[in-house]
Amino acid sequence: MALVSVKDLHKSFGELEVLKGIDLEVEAGEVVAIIGRSGSGKSTFLRCLNQLEHHDWGTIQLADQRLDGTSMTPGELSQNVGMVFQSFNLFPHKSVIDNVMLAPVVVKQTPKSEARRIAEEVLAKVGMSDKIDSYPAQLSGGQQQRVAIARALAMNPKVLLCDEATSALDPELVGEVLRVLEDLAKEGMTLILVTHEMKFARDVSHRVVFMHQGRIHESGPPETLFTRPQTPELAQFIASVV
Amino acid sequence: MTDFTTWDIVRNLLLAARWTVVLSLIAFIGGAAVGLVLTLLRMGGLRPVRWLVRGYVDLFQGTPLLMQLFLAYFGAAVLGFDVSAWTAASVALTLFTSAFLCDIWRGCVEAVPSGQWQAARVLGLNYLQSMRHVILPQALRLAVPPTVGFSVQVIKGTALASVIGFVELTKAGTMLNNATFEPFTIFTFVALGYFILCYPLSRYARYLERRLYGAGIR
Ligand SMILES: Nc1ncnc2c1ncn2[C@@H]1O[C@H](COP(=O)(O)OP(=O)(O)O)[C@@H](O)[C@H]1O
Ligand SMILES: [Mg+2]
Repeated sequence: MALVSVKDLHKSFGELEVLKGIDLEVEAGEVVAIIGRSGSGKSTFLRCLNQLEHHDWGTIQLADQRLDGTSMTPGELSQNVGMVFQSFNLFPHKSVIDNVMLAPVVVKQTPKSEARRIAEEVLAKVGMSDKIDSYPAQLSGGQQQRVAIARALAMNPKVLLCDEATSALDPELVGEVLRVLEDLAKEGMTLILVTHEMKFARDVSHRVVFMHQGRIHESGPPETLFTRPQTPELAQFIASVV
Repeated sequence: MTDFTTWDIVRNLLLAARWTVVLSLIAFIGGAAVGLVLTLLRMGGLRPVRWLVRGYVDLFQGTPLLMQLFLAYFGAAVLGFDVSAWTAASVALTLFTSAFLCDIWRGCVEAVPSGQWQAARVLGLNYLQSMRHVILPQALRLAVPPTVGFSVQVIKGTALASVIGFVELTKAGTMLNNATFEPFTIFTFVALGYFILCYPLSRYARYLERRLYGAGIR
C-alpha cells in the first residue's frame, strides 16, 4: 500500500483553477522530484499535502488514514508530514536548539530533556551540532535551511515535503543542503521535493513528476524522463533549464 | 490676592501632578489589559467578534477624547449611575487607550511575516500556541517603541479629565489661576510639569526604535 495516495485533487483560487485533478501515489522510502514551470501549481500541490491550503475536491490518504478534512488535527498532521520552505522560516527570536525543540515540547509534550536529546540528534544529522546556541540571523542561508530541515525531522514525520529548498540560497551554499537531503534519501526517508536542481532530481530521486498547467503532464524514472521526454512540453522545459 | 508664593504654586502643582501620574498609570495599565484581549479577539475571533472589535476601535479613534469623558461622566448620570470624576475619567481613558493600543498591536502582529505562521502551523502548533510561542514574542519587540510613544498621548490626555472636575495637574493650574491671576507663571509651570513627564518617555521611545531597527529584527 502506498504511503501517500492522492486522488483527483482539485484546487482553485477564485476563478483560477490551479490544480486540475492530480493523482499521485508515493511509496514509503521513495524520493519524488516535482519539476515544472513557475506557476504550474507545484507549491500549491505541496501546500495541499500538508493542508496549508484546503483543496476543493479529491482525497489525500496517508497510509490508511484520511489526511484532509477534519480527520487530523494540525498536531497529528505535523507528526506525519514535515515541510521545508524556500525561505527557511526559522523563528528569529529563538536559538537553533529552541527552534528545533519547540514543536516536540509544545505539540507532542515531550519532556524537555528528551526533546533536547532529539534536537541534538537531528542537528547532528544535518551537521549543525556546533551552532546549537546561535540565532538564525547569525547563520548563513545554507545553515539556516539545514536547521529548518532538522526542525522538521524532530517531529519524526513519515514524509518530508521540500518546496524549492535551495532556491533562496547563494550558489555556493546549495550543495550543503542538497547533501543533507541526499543523506535523508539514502536513509530511506520519504521525500517529495519541488526542485529546480535538475542534476539533483536526476541523481537522487526515484521518480520525477513534471507538472504543467495544474496537471501531472508526465512522470517516470529520471533516466527515461530526462533522456526520452514523451511530450513536447517536457522536452521544451528540459531544454530551457539545462 | 498675592499671598501665594511661587513655592506655594509649585507645591500645589506637584501635589496635583501625582493624580496625573496615577490616572495615567490606571489608563495605561487598564488600557493595555483591555487592548491585549481586544487584539487577540481582533486577530483570531469569529468574524462578528472581529467586526465588533473593529467598530469599537473606530468609535474611540473617531471621536474626541473630551466627548468620551463627557459621555462617561454625564451619560452615566443620565443612566442613573452615580459615578465619581475618578471613575468616569479612569473608565473613559482606559477605553480610549485600549482602542489605540489594540490598533497599534494589531499592526505589529500583522507585521510578523506570514511564513512564521505557516512554519508554526506545519510544525503542528494551533492558533494559540503559534501566537504565544512564535508570533507574539516577535510582535512584542516591534510593539515596544510605538507603545511607549503612545503612553505620552495618554499622559497628555489626562489633562482633559480636568473638565469633569478631576483635580490633576491642569485642573490644579486652573484653580490656582483663579486664586492668583498669574496665568503666565502658572501655566508655564503646568506645561513644564507635562514636559518633565513626557519628554523622557518620548526620548526612550525614540531610543528603542533606533535600537530595534538598528539591530534588524531578521
Ligand atoms: N494564495 C493564492 N491566491 C491566489 N492565487 C494563488 C495563490 N497561491 C498561488 N496562486 C496562483 O496559483 C498558480 C500556481 O502557483 P504555485 O502553486 O505557487 O506554482 P509553482 O509553485 O509551480 O510556481 C499561480 O498562478 C499563482 O499565482
Ligand atoms: Mg512554487
